[in-house]
Amino acid sequence: MSDQEYQLVIGLEVHVQLATNSKLFSRASTQFGAPPNTQTTPICIGMPGTLPVMNREAFRLSLITAVALNCNIPEYTKWDRKQYYYPDLPKGYQISQFDLPMSEHGHLDIAHPKGLFEPKKVGITRAHLEEDAGKSMHDEAAGKADSRIDLNRTGTPLLEIVSEPDMRSPEEARAYLDELKLLITYLGVSDCNMQEGNLRVDANVNLHIDTPDGKIATPIVEIKNMNSFRAVERAIAYEAKRQYQVWKETGRKIGEIAKVTRGWDDQAQITKAQREKEDSSDYRYFPDPDLVPIIVKPEEVEQVRAALGELPAAIRTRLQETYKLSAFDADVLVNQGRELVEYYEQVAQASGDGKRASNWISQSVLRTLNDREITIAEFPIDSVQLADLVKLVASGDLDNTRAKDVFAEMLADEISSEDAMKKLGIEKVDQSEIVAMCAELLAANPKVVDDVKGGNDKAVGALIGKAKQKNPNANPGEVRKICLELIAKM
Amino acid sequence: MSLIEKTATELLEQLESGGVTSVEVTSAFLDQIEAHDDQVGAYLRVDRDSALEQAAAIDEKRKSGESVGKLGGLPVSLKDLICTKGEITSCASKMLENFSPPYDATIVTKLQAADAVLLGKTNMDEFAMGSSTENSAFKLTHNPWNLGHIPGGSSGGAAACVAASMTPLSIGSDTGGSIRQPAGLCGVVGLKPTYGRVSRFGLVAFASSLDQLGPLAHTVEDTALLLEVIAGHDPMDSTSLNAEVPSYSEELKRPLEGLRIGVAKEHFEAGLDSEVEAAVREALEVYKSQGATIEEISLPHGKYAIATYYVIAPSEASSNLARYDSVHYGHRCNEQEMLAELKAEEEALKAAGDEQGLKNLDTALVRMYRKSRAEGFGDEVKRRIMLGTYATSAGYDHEYYLKALKVRRLIRNDYDEAFKNVDVIVGPVTTTPAVKIGENSDDPLAMYLEDLYTVSANLAGIAGVSIPCGFSSTNLPIGLQLQGAPLQETKLLQAAHLFQQQTDWHTRRPELS
Repeated sequence: MSDQEYQLVIGLEVHVQLATNSKLFSRASTQFGAPPNTQTTPICIGMPGTLPVMNREAFRLSLITAVALNCNIPEYTKWDRKQYYYPDLPKGYQISQFDLPMSEHGHLDIAHPKGLFEPKKVGITRAHLEEDAGKSMHDEAAGKADSRIDLNRTGTPLLEIVSEPDMRSPEEARAYLDELKLLITYLGVSDCNMQEGNLRVDANVNLHIDTPDGKIATPIVEIKNMNSFRAVERAIAYEAKRQYQVWKETGRKIGEIAKVTRGWDDQAQITKAQREKEDSSDYRYFPDPDLVPIIVKPEEVEQVRAALGELPAAIRTRLQETYKLSAFDADVLVNQGRELVEYYEQVAQASGDGKRASNWISQSVLRTLNDREITIAEFPIDSVQLADLVKLVASGDLDNTRAKDVFAEMLADEISSEDAMKKLGIEKVDQSEIVAMCAELLAANPKVVDDVKGGNDKAVGALIGKAKQKNPNANPGEVRKICLELIAKM
Repeated sequence: MSLIEKTATELLEQLESGGVTSVEVTSAFLDQIEAHDDQVGAYLRVDRDSALEQAAAIDEKRKSGESVGKLGGLPVSLKDLICTKGEITSCASKMLENFSPPYDATIVTKLQAADAVLLGKTNMDEFAMGSSTENSAFKLTHNPWNLGHIPGGSSGGAAACVAASMTPLSIGSDTGGSIRQPAGLCGVVGLKPTYGRVSRFGLVAFASSLDQLGPLAHTVEDTALLLEVIAGHDPMDSTSLNAEVPSYSEELKRPLEGLRIGVAKEHFEAGLDSEVEAAVREALEVYKSQGATIEEISLPHGKYAIATYYVIAPSEASSNLARYDSVHYGHRCNEQEMLAELKAEEEALKAAGDEQGLKNLDTALVRMYRKSRAEGFGDEVKRRIMLGTYATSAGYDHEYYLKALKVRRLIRNDYDEAFKNVDVIVGPVTTTPAVKIGENSDDPLAMYLEDLYTVSANLAGIAGVSIPCGFSSTNLPIGLQLQGAPLQETKLLQAAHLFQQQTDWHTRRPELS
């Protein structure tokens, strides 16, 4: 791919399942994984005579998200019916929001911690609330044509977040998704679990191509069936190449054919044309007469804004400024979530060394969390103990290698750094003892002395191992420093 | 006077004084149903055993000194679009012929809590679409005053069973006049409450923004009693109003002074039958004699009401009825036949080499939808689904549905303006007395004009009541309509009650042989 040939243009539609206990318009449970059709009520499947009543918690969670996405919140919003026939849509319509969504015109800032692209604002066209449909399971085994319907998911609250076509590369799309997911997780609005379908992504992709006749755009393709953020990146990259090829072959421009939907085939790593839903072009949206419009007062929006707490972007900046962390380090910590950031700050403050605290957490602590598949709340070393360890390293009382041993011991036995050091027989060595030991080593190894004098300071490394053998508590850095000093005086 | 000729209020007094039991009252009405419903056809289903069981339980309660609800053992019948748990609720449609909801409508719960005896389900136009009850998929209902005539509709069964003394009280639904029009044509009282006054939960929807449940009875007193029981806010219905429910039956006893009546000049224009006009004008004289002032008012947008209604109601209906797709419940076509039919079509197209035809051929799923709905719905329902689908289609919605919503607002504004100066608006219910069965059934437009005077109240969301005010030369009842401002049912019922205190039209009963 070459940037001169075309400009990739990407817009994303993200559906987030809100973390409510019950459905958007009924009291049925939203718990994942129950046996088929056990979490339905006459209301959520719209049986004759039943009426929907809005779940206020779902609206509150949507409002929080919309405000965090810098959206404008209109005072008046309403519900519309999106009408189509499908066996997993038992009312024959989905309750959604059409022309007056609960929020619009927001943005999300994205950046790449290693500077792969310039930081940018991705516009949010709108975010609106809607109910999910059920699930169809088509038995495609030969000779069978059974389809099964599970209505457990019917009526589950979804927030649909539609971005502007502001992204220009798969990496930008990925960064947008990562940042959006992080924000939503910080807000506690959804767990964003893609495996359970709690976060779903569709991508709208086309190309802008400079031609001798001016700039043209290729037809927009909507990509579906992407089950991970990695799949989104790959599908977009694939689609860019494919569209460029098609354009070279056909010269087809936007508007010349209807919008096409393609599905991502993760095994084949390609997108495939999808059969269009019959008569899907006209959803005959109209205001749902069973529900009343929602009035959101500006004061309510301000209350929500005030209660948002510090959000990821602000925390990144603050960590860099307060603890002198690099953008990359701050990013690693913030991406782990609010609780880990709190843990980090406690360690940084108690140890007085933000940079070292960050290194310890992003390396040793995170590795442990990953290995054990636990969260920071379940991590056995509390922030005070870890800060003690960081302090010992910072003061030079403990070298990094020994400190890692101490850490392992603290973790294994769930003990303090002090106890771990005792257990390992680590104690502070008197400076004079080390000087004496170094002098002894130098006397026994004249070749090293000669090499150093000849300009090869590294030669002193041969003595460090020997020093550690003599006294395991000797700090290698200190040994090196003293040896060099002694040689210089020779 | 036999029990069935008494009003609900009279029966209640006797029940409370111990002069009669609920079992006796219920039996009397059940006997009347058995004797005459073959001719009238008001009921779709009557469960004698269940009714007597309910009655006996209430009698037992009263006997043991427990407090008994406001309806104290009075029988009530329900239009067959009110959901009753575990019992068929068909909407007089083949589509729901065997449908038993696993829940009760809120109104059913309220009636049971008030110790009503639920007698059975009454006939109606399919999905409440119609004005003659001729659109029922199951049977005709006849006007008890002349069996060759329609009872009106869509709550034709409800009005006819009250008129024929087959229940003292009945519940109907009114989307464009479906309580008031049959009440007028059958010579009983029928009230459409303010939109949101009575919960719609469990009322199978026709047009959600217009539908309202309401009482039918012989007298305004009885109507007030029943309204008192069924009205009130329901957390299960977002559109129900959170307003205090007055004791309507008590309020009726208070003297009404200085009643200001509005008469809309538009109600007396071309098309109004002269006998109906005479009866209405005579009723106005009765009011005058009681000290009411009469003022001519104008409802200028009323002339658009029918057109507006026939855009909004079908639009909502086309959406509300989309759920009857035969996938989860309701009528489903014979699958084997359907698949065989599809296969034959496919082969014929192949043989003819018709590529386009093959491409356009239904999938089995789409054919199942089509065939099941074609079989399950009657003509009028299909007509309205098509009208509504058209009016809400992309490119047409601004011309039709959205424009109709604007006119609807203007109609409401007319009423708001009028009610600044008058307490109630009095006029006819229908242009003519009940027509003969079959007279309009092939002419949908003529049928739609049956709602001329009643649809505005639904569009505006205000209250309206129909009371008997005379008879035609052919001995068919004529109704008087009173309309009141939103939530002013008390005033409306007081005004209607005032008329019944001065007249005896409501005491007349048809003779059934």
